[in-house]
Amino acid sequence: MLSYAWLIPVFPLCAMAVIMLLTHRNRVVSAALSITAVSIAFLYAWAIAFTVWGNPEVQRFSFDWLNLGPSMHIPIGIQIDGLTAMMLIVVTTVALMVQIYSLGYMHGDPRFSRYYAFLSLFTMAMLTLVLADNFFLMFVAWELVGLASYLLIGFWFEKQSASDAGKKAFITTRLGDLGFIIGLLMIYTGCGTLTFGGVFDAVKTGVLGGAFLTTAAIFLFGGAIGKSAQVPLHVWLPDAMEGPTPVWAVIHAATMVVAGVYLVARSLTIFMGAETAAMTVAWIGIITSLMAASIGLVQNDIKRVLAFSTVSQLGYMIMALGLGGFTAGTFHLMTHAFFKSLLFLGAGSVIHAVHTNDIREMGGLHAKMKTTSITFLIAAFAIAGIFPLSGFWSKDEIVASTLGHPVFTVLTLLVAFMTAFYMFRLYFLTFTGTPRDKHKFEHAHESPKVMTYPLIFLAVLSVVSGWIGLPWLHHGFSSVVYHHEPHHAEFHYGLAAISLLVGLSGIGLAYLMYYKRRIDPDRIATSMSGLYNTLLNKYYFDEAYEVLVIKPYYVMCQGWFWFDQHIIDGLVNGAGAFGVLWGRFQRWADETFVDGAVNGIGWLTRGFGATIRYLQTGSLQNYAFIVFAALVILWILR
Amino acid sequence: MEGIGLIHYLTLSAVVFCIGVFGMLTRRNAIGVLMSIELMFNAVNITLVAFARYVTPATITGQVVAIFTIAVAAAEATVALAIVLLIYQHHRGIDVDRINFMKW
Repeated sequence: MLSYAWLIPVFPLCAMAVIMLLTHRNRVVSAALSITAVSIAFLYAWAIAFTVWGNPEVQRFSFDWLNLGPSMHIPIGIQIDGLTAMMLIVVTTVALMVQIYSLGYMHGDPRFSRYYAFLSLFTMAMLTLVLADNFFLMFVAWELVGLASYLLIGFWFEKQSASDAGKKAFITTRLGDLGFIIGLLMIYTGCGTLTFGGVFDAVKTGVLGGAFLTTAAIFLFGGAIGKSAQVPLHVWLPDAMEGPTPVWAVIHAATMVVAGVYLVARSLTIFMGAETAAMTVAWIGIITSLMAASIGLVQNDIKRVLAFSTVSQLGYMIMALGLGGFTAGTFHLMTHAFFKSLLFLGAGSVIHAVHTNDIREMGGLHAKMKTTSITFLIAAFAIAGIFPLSGFWSKDEIVASTLGHPVFTVLTLLVAFMTAFYMFRLYFLTFTGTPRDKHKFEHAHESPKVMTYPLIFLAVLSVVSGWIGLPWLHHGFSSVVYHHEPHHAEFHYGLAAISLLVGLSGIGLAYLMYYKRRIDPDRIATSMSGLYNTLLNKYYFDEAYEVLVIKPYYVMCQGWFWFDQHIIDGLVNGAGAFGVLWGRFQRWADETFVDGAVNGIGWLTRGFGATIRYLQTGSLQNYAFIVFAALVILWILR
Repeated sequence: MEGIGLIHYLTLSAVVFCIGVFGMLTRRNAIGVLMSIELMFNAVNITLVAFARYVTPATITGQVVAIFTIAVAAAEATVALAIVLLIYQHHRGIDVDRINFMKW
């Protein structure tokens, strides 16, 4: 059964092809095809998971894709181990839920079929990415994921902002991908193979190592920075909310952005072999996490808060991986995928109901949309790390992985506090209190069942998925994502208590500020207006890029444009003009001298002939006379 | 005077030749021109035979050449007369002054 696992991405691929080519006019058939394909993949993924988990053997199935002799040999294939199985489950589950949810959310959209085709394409790419057994195939899938994300973010391309956001996401992640491919080329140069096994063996045996490996690893991490929206390439993710909200959930919460985390997790052996690179990863992760969480504190757009929350949580995972917490990072990846997609879909449900993103215009929605509210609350508790929801277990592993690095521990707990605070600020402002916009409140209604059922399903997963890591189970989550050097952060009761306390205090502060209104948030905002505005404007990253990158680039481009127009074109035109002049001169010379010579010879011959033709009188006796006269003269001259 | 010698023949030949040249250059009638040319041929023949007789009496080379000349002259006369006949048909006359169609 495992050897046919390559079929998993083939199902969505076929669905996409059929929708695009045949059934795009029929919305029902298109959606049904897409959902069927992803359902099959979903079931297959679970079947694989149950076969693989607890079995440390890595299954590989590959064939030669490119064989150009001993110097160039690229096999491609799939590899199934615990990590892959977990990723398969995450991807297919979220994709399935989102596709079902979209039936309701995208109902009536003119490009409904195309939407499903894109979702299938995305699912296919993502599944290929996690199944790949080498960096090469992974990179191909990686780029396909980028393409699908571009198509989906810019799905409502009539809106200028949506098409801009699509381009921004594509170009920004491309910067990271450049690093990725440079890293790959370095690794290939270093050890001559791109299969995971081969590369990791090379690292372990020391074939790859030293500064070379560090550089390669940092470049490789560049790909993860772009895809997983880490500082400084995180700017695309908040803008990506221009796409349809469910897309946003599937791509920017649960699957695509964790591709970067997956990359780091998969190639953790490389990072562990390069100490500096691993520390770079950890620092970038915690900085991202801290920064995004602080921005999330003040945003007023429900999607934006969630976007920064995603960036922050991704930073968490990256940091944990950088510190060697393989289990922690991947565990959080899985639980986060469930509760974050639940949050996104819940937000989508709210937006669907009130037609606004601004939480200042919401409030009191719990009365109108109970299912959404309760599931959202569950997800919020999960992300805040409250016992016994999934986030508690995975967040605890992350905190545990920072042991031995006190700075990281403190910062991690700070982020946990902020996360709990902004998530409950969001919850209280949206679902409780009095409605601030009566008109929108009146029109609000609970979403259709096709949208709420996925919410409930994901809520259940948000609760239970953490229990895989229960401390009294054998080895916890590390038995799931078995790695060759099993890293198992022992459950730490003290730390767990502290992080729970931190989470609860964050919730408590939000409760006081936004529910009880004991502390006036506006007064804090005015008293610290400098900090508040900095956060509200997202540390001015976009503005900084505008000034530091885009403007100079623009000026440079204009400079080059001028250079091109005047110097290059001048040279080309000058060459042309010289050619014309030279041609004219040559023509003149040709007409004057060459033709003159030819014509002159003609004229000369003609004139000579015209002159001496008079000698030829035609009279025989004249000729005879000349002959004899000449004879006589010659005789006399003898 | 010892009778007739080579000099007499050569003198006769020169006289006949000059008469022929004079006739050829002055006659307007094409037939006359042809007749003058015949005179010139015969003057040459006289010379050839005379030299043969007096200079190399042992051989008859001169006589043979003379006979050749006569034969060639006959052939030439035939062709020439044919041309004259055609010219006559074409121009209704054989005045050589008027026959200048070979002029440029």
